[in-house]
Amino acid sequence: MANIFDILGPVMVGPSSSHTAGAVRIGLISRKLFGRTPQKVTIILSGSFAATGAGHGTDRALLAGLMGMEPDDMRIPNSFEIAKEQGMEYTFIRKELRDAHPNTCKMLLEADGYENLDIQACSIGGGRIMVNQIDNIDVNFNAESNTLIVHNEDKPGHVAQVTAILNQIKINIATMQLYRDKRGGYAVMVLEVDSTIPNQAIEWLRSLEGIIKVTFLDLNKEVES
Amino acid sequence: MGFKSIQEIKDRCISQNIPFWKCIQLADCEERAVLVEDSWDQMVKTWHSLKESIDAYDPELLSTSGLVGREGGKMESYSKNAEPICGNFVAKVMTAALKMGCNNACMKRIVAAPTAGACGVMPAVLVTFCEEKNIPEEKMVEAMYVAAGIGQVIAARASIAGASGGCQAEIGSAAAMSAAALCYVNDGNLDQIGHACAMAIKNMLGLVCDPVGGLVEVPCVKRNVAGALNALSATDMALAGIESQIPVDEVIDAMREVGDKMDVSLKETGIGGVAGSPTAQEIMKGLKF
Repeated sequence: MANIFDILGPVMVGPSSSHTAGAVRIGLISRKLFGRTPQKVTIILSGSFAATGAGHGTDRALLAGLMGMEPDDMRIPNSFEIAKEQGMEYTFIRKELRDAHPNTCKMLLEADGYENLDIQACSIGGGRIMVNQIDNIDVNFNAESNTLIVHNEDKPGHVAQVTAILNQIKINIATMQLYRDKRGGYAVMVLEVDSTIPNQAIEWLRSLEGIIKVTFLDLNKEVES
Repeated sequence: MGFKSIQEIKDRCISQNIPFWKCIQLADCEERAVLVEDSWDQMVKTWHSLKESIDAYDPELLSTSGLVGREGGKMESYSKNAEPICGNFVAKVMTAALKMGCNNACMKRIVAAPTAGACGVMPAVLVTFCEEKNIPEEKMVEAMYVAAGIGQVIAARASIAGASGGCQAEIGSAAAMSAAALCYVNDGNLDQIGHACAMAIKNMLGLVCDPVGGLVEVPCVKRNVAGALNALSATDMALAGIESQIPVDEVIDAMREVGDKMDVSLKETGIGGVAGSPTAQEIMKGLKF
């Protein structure tokens, strides 16, 4: 249920909570998941994002979020120019994504020396969003809580490893989801947690055999670069 | 948890002997587990954002599509140079509503209240009245709680999104929230607040969401004026002792029913209504998206 500041808010740059404010949040969350400002980004706009995105500033809003701006940042309308100044390369493609929510985009984030991030997310209204895919695996989280995302080989024991370390450092799990592309293939687990997971614990998870990638979305922490 | 009916709010006000706004504030503190002071500070900030948002207007600016932007400036100079039929105060309300609609379309900072498309109604009604009558800030912040509480019930029982309920859910809700808040500022009692809200919704029941090209511009900017004026008249009727024969919660339920029955072409799809008119189709061909 919406709290009173969802009703009187968000404070945002117009014109649309779904097509502008929600798009900024998609950019911002993607940046946090990537851990840095991307040097290059390729963005597919689908459905209503493709049809009315330019008029709603959806393209500018996505770039603004990727550069770390919040939905009320007055620089959002100028984000094409700011991206050029900062040397962030961007390409927009208008294409229908299959079985996607009308307000969906899919982005490939790249930076030298780091693994790419491929993310698909949609804007569900009122500035709220849903992340639908990470590296082409279906997931489902709204990025309103701190979220741990672990990519691993689909083998026994990885879920236990993750929950064991969280137990050890006394972090409560709010929700947990498991996904995989096929039996014994590539798996992703998404855990929403009630507090911040220290870097050490994340590094420990990364060092484990069979764990491919670990990302932690810390809502209260701004990325370093 | 937030309230699911206006009656529930009234009951708690009476049983605990607290005013409407306090009831909403206490529920907010319970729901989000925050202190009363923190809730208050956040509402003060929201009020300031609402006030400042009008001043960002630039009469030279046009929206990306070029369809809107000048309306606020035109209304302002007309009301200064001529004698507006509605009188000076109402002309000021209209000017503020148009400026806000344009600000939103021109990517300025606004408060979605309850949505971006309807962001002009609350500031036009509340900020203009506050300035006209020199109302203390404290009272206006309390009124913001009243508006938020009404909006929360509408969101729970019906909808505040054009895509699910049509424009009645956006401009209609904004008008209902503004009417209730303005009624509170003018010392309306619990019943009068409910009647103001009910009448504001009833007078916008069935309003469709038909944005040309799917953009929050035509007819959205001008509908903010209609919502604001509707809020003023509903408040005056309630303060005059006129009552809604249908209780407010039932009116909200009726709004939901109307929204559910509304054809999808009339719910923010840019297909029906004025969006489907031949001229709108021509305009859309000219838009370079």
